[in-house]
Amino acid sequence: MRTILARWAVLAGLVALWELLTRRAESPFFPWPSQIAEAVHERWLSGPPSQLYLTDAVGEDVLPSLGRLLTGWGLAAVVGVGLGIALGRSQVLSDYVSPVLHFLRAVPPPALLPVFIVLIGLGSTMQLSVIVFGVIWPILLNAADGARSVPATQVETARAFRVSRAQWLFGVVLPSASPKIFAGLRISLSLSLILMVISEQVGASNGLGRSLLDAQRDFSLRNMWAVIVVLGVLGYLLNSGLLAVERRVLRWHLGSRGQQADTT
Amino acid sequence: MSRVSAIRQSRVVLRAAVGVAALLAAGEIIGRIGLVARNYLPPTSDVFAALWRLLADEGFGTDVLVTTGNWLLGLLVAVSIGVPIGLLLGSVPMLNEVSRLVVEFLRPIPSVALIPLAVLVFGTGTQMRVFVMTFAAIWPILFNTIYGLMEVDPLAKETARSYGSGRLAVALRVSLPSAAPFVLTGVRLAAAIALILEVTAELFGGGGRGIGTVISVAIYGSGQKDVVLAATLVAGILGLLANLALEYGGRRTLVWAHQPGGAR
Repeated sequence: MRTILARWAVLAGLVALWELLTRRAESPFFPWPSQIAEAVHERWLSGPPSQLYLTDAVGEDVLPSLGRLLTGWGLAAVVGVGLGIALGRSQVLSDYVSPVLHFLRAVPPPALLPVFIVLIGLGSTMQLSVIVFGVIWPILLNAADGARSVPATQVETARAFRVSRAQWLFGVVLPSASPKIFAGLRISLSLSLILMVISEQVGASNGLGRSLLDAQRDFSLRNMWAVIVVLGVLGYLLNSGLLAVERRVLRWHLGSRGQQADTT
Repeated sequence: MSRVSAIRQSRVVLRAAVGVAALLAAGEIIGRIGLVARNYLPPTSDVFAALWRLLADEGFGTDVLVTTGNWLLGLLVAVSIGVPIGLLLGSVPMLNEVSRLVVEFLRPIPSVALIPLAVLVFGTGTQMRVFVMTFAAIWPILFNTIYGLMEVDPLAKETARSYGSGRLAVALRVSLPSAAPFVLTGVRLAAAIALILEVTAELFGGGGRGIGTVISVAIYGSGQKDVVLAATLVAGILGLLANLALEYGGRRTLVWAHQPGGAR
């Protein structure tokens, strides 16, 4: 309890310091935090009580972005875990495709944006494809890693008991790969946020990336900062949510704390 | 190397080659049969021809050098900020606890969202790119350093202390070497992220030179998709080389570490 208080106190202290410094600097690029808060309030939080004080702009900016992000990330998770486990359990398959996978992972996804635009055209499908392609690699490679390292005793026990294929997959392989999978999911979640913003800056009619672009065109520094702050809060909430899920799912896993280090 | 492992080794290489060849062939066939229009997704041979032209072009050499130089600079700045802060937070758990909330709000802010702001403040040159890269690449370094310090064997520290080593000596001789593999894992993750951000900053920030600039000129200027793909290929190869170099360098210098931490 005391550490939680201390954390908020440190955050509040830094924001106060920020306010003080920006007030003193009087730079047009650095609006005061209180001005940013006002912009956030005005744009998103000044709605009628019947809408929980949210304005219609929330439906214009935040919800479409959130939808794209979660759909893209979810698709990447399903496909990535499936492929990753197949790769992890089949040495032959992994021999054939891993060099290609490692190369594709190394390609900076924003560089592929133009390719996706010409292939798919502008619109939500393009944005989803960019997100899926950009965030699938950490999930896929981590799932493959996790599936590869099922303890030998478990493999042999499962074999001795002649468990069914489904039991082998869902009872043995998936649980023992799950700590790694979650590590991959966490890296991918932060990446999804990045790719969501990038993909929305080209040819999206709504979303936070689009608002950022509008703010940039209007030279509205306040709105620019407001979008950045909202993105931070959104990321914080998503991360906390995933961590809560992970803690529940991996309760049995002693080393689950040990996987925390590799978040990006 | 035993005979069996030599055979296995050559089989892996062969399969890897088959995998790469299959991808290239698929690219060629899709481009040729007109599944998608040729100027949208050019066949592999066109891309390689474009790559050849690019490599023969002296200007492109400069672009690759600019991207690589900026990238290394960004990584260096991220390391020289991330590692000291990580060491501080990792060795004083109280600070780590208290600062966590601030970090959790800052980290998820997608650095691409900062590009418009950074362009206004720093212009479109190296400074802007380094700022954007540092903001994105610092987190894996910071977290892996903190985590590495927390994983130091307490027994080793106690032993060193009971042999009369002071605090600083323990930190330098015991904690740092045992945390080094984790730090390196962080740097490897950071290198991949920094490259993505360098290319993105070039693409979206505009101005200057670099692989991203070549891509954006090829999209918006001449519409040459083969050049876009060829330049993207170069970016991917750069990323792949960096990862290999860091992995190899880590294995050579950190021979005492059997199990590097974190995910790949």
